[in-house]
Amino acid sequence: MTVTAPVARKRSALTKGQLPAFAPYVVLAVALVLGAAILALIGFNAFGWGLVSAILFTIGLVGWSAAVEGGRKSSDKLATCLIVGSFLVALLPLISVIWAVLVNGIPGIISPGFLTTSMNGVTGALDNKSVDEGTKVLGGIYHALLGTVQITLLATVISVPVGLLTAIYLVEYGNDRALARAITFFVDVMTGIPSIVAGLFAAAFFFAVVGPGTKTGAVAAVALSVLMIPVVVRSSEEMLKIVPNELREAAYALGVRKWRTILKVVIPTAISGIASGVTLAIARVIGETAPILVTAGFATTINNNVFGGWMASLPTFIYTQILNPTSPSNPDPSSQRAWGAALVLIILVMILNLGARLIARIFAPKAGR
Amino acid sequence: MTTNSLTTSQGAGRAGDKVFSGATLAAGCLILLVLFGVALFLVIQAIPALVAPPADIQGGHGFFAYIGPIVVGTLIAAVIALVIATPVAIGVALFISHYAPRKLASGLGYVVDLLAAIPSVVYGAWGAAFLAPQISPAYNWLASTMGWLPIFQGPASATGKTILTASIVLSVMVLPIITSLSREIFLQTPKLHEEAALALGATRWEMIKMAVLPFGRPGIVSAVMLGLGRALGETMAVALVLSSGVLTASLIQSGNQTIAAEIALNFPEASGLKVSTLIAAGLVLFVITLGVNMIARWIITRHKEFSGAN
Repeated sequence: MTVTAPVARKRSALTKGQLPAFAPYVVLAVALVLGAAILALIGFNAFGWGLVSAILFTIGLVGWSAAVEGGRKSSDKLATCLIVGSFLVALLPLISVIWAVLVNGIPGIISPGFLTTSMNGVTGALDNKSVDEGTKVLGGIYHALLGTVQITLLATVISVPVGLLTAIYLVEYGNDRALARAITFFVDVMTGIPSIVAGLFAAAFFFAVVGPGTKTGAVAAVALSVLMIPVVVRSSEEMLKIVPNELREAAYALGVRKWRTILKVVIPTAISGIASGVTLAIARVIGETAPILVTAGFATTINNNVFGGWMASLPTFIYTQILNPTSPSNPDPSSQRAWGAALVLIILVMILNLGARLIARIFAPKAGR
Repeated sequence: MTTNSLTTSQGAGRAGDKVFSGATLAAGCLILLVLFGVALFLVIQAIPALVAPPADIQGGHGFFAYIGPIVVGTLIAAVIALVIATPVAIGVALFISHYAPRKLASGLGYVVDLLAAIPSVVYGAWGAAFLAPQISPAYNWLASTMGWLPIFQGPASATGKTILTASIVLSVMVLPIITSLSREIFLQTPKLHEEAALALGATRWEMIKMAVLPFGRPGIVSAVMLGLGRALGETMAVALVLSSGVLTASLIQSGNQTIAAEIALNFPEASGLKVSTLIAAGLVLFVITLGVNMIARWIITRHKEFSGAN
């Protein structure tokens, strides 16, 4: 005869040895309080509080889990904490950069004439005066904005036909021939060319062909094209590949020539992806500094001629204003202009990125019936 | 009216076909030519520096004595950047592919891509104006507590503009590259492997260790190599953040220099032999990154063949 003991257990055997559902919240609350207490002893700051609390939270949760649930579950908890933590760590620089650009850039961008005047005639003496007497900071980015637009436009005009035609060759004519495979491989290799080497190439090319010391906007555009072409090729190739073969076969069946098929059927179907890929490629090169630095020099005045004379651009403007302030004794006005230009540049890049998504949506081929 | 419209249009069409396919072929060959030209023109312009008498090169001991320390500096900066970025990037990739709620995952991926969209000069400005002053107390602490290690030898730089700060900025810039490539690879893990591991009672971390990471290892390696290529060639972060100098072992003193920053800082004012020297330095950088990228691509292609991915 067995004696059945009265069952007093509240939790079933299946859920025995597990942390209760509220465990993470309890540990989090304790970690936040303890973290605040520790930081209060050594001087409080938000970053340190977050860091100490995160470490305490991890130790607390993993330790509790190891005591109750055993090693396997606790190492799973440790991994989860580390992985979520790494994502939060990755967000820190993003938030910090955007915050820094907004805080430092807004005073620059709202100073009158910032977008409509150049640095022509703005001297160190004027900057000293604005610091000493509190007058407004003169000078702006009009010449740099103009230079960026001209250089990027010329680079786009060079890169898009070459890149698109290459993508068409790879998808429609390549047939996995040795040449097509070589082009694919070297396009991949080109993606990895350091931007400054692209700049040096354009400089070396024009030094050899036109004459030593040739620095114009066009040289910079060639340098940017070297960076832009592989991006255009890759994205257009992907887009052309996903055009359904039935469309091509339908056109051939109607007796349409291959080049007419490509121009009238394949490209219109893929145009949304191609256009958004081109926009992303522009966004990539518009912020490039190093290639422009070695190919277009710096200018403080408006230059409307891409083919003659040094030319300013937004990235090099930021770079020179920080590294060689207009007034070496009072770098503040220069750094204000640099941050203002950085804000304008980031806004441009974000507009291009968003534009790429919009273009993809607007030009997308109509879905089937 | 009497001409056969079929044959005439065919004639025009045939010409169009030839012109069009010729144009696409020419564009493809142009790309090969450009890459060839990059190597050729860099070599042509670099030759004067390579054959010049050693005393004429900056430093006075020939080109290789000049380039040696900055190659080492470049490698130091890139390797530290990778040591920082790789674990974080793999963690972020796993978070987006296996931990984050499904609905949020693509949005979070876009947030990480934003990191890649920020221009490098802005990172440089941020590193110089924000990160360096913030981090210099930490360097003082490192110098006082771990100063016996050669890499943390004091006195720490008062401005914080050191090779370690530059490497941290570089690591932020290579993070999105490694993350997005590893994320793609992790998402390609066969669902059946993951489900089999979970069905055997594995925890989520054990499933990742047994199914996801072994499958993704070649992808991670090549992603890290591509990140290395980027870190080696990155200019602005180093040019703006680092206050450069001679090669030093200590990471928290000012000193060291990278090839890309050396070119960016000196090329605009250079003339004559100095131009050739800098172009030769660029050639060295080109060869190093080319090697790194080709190894990375080779790993990717080899992986494609046996994994059945794609």
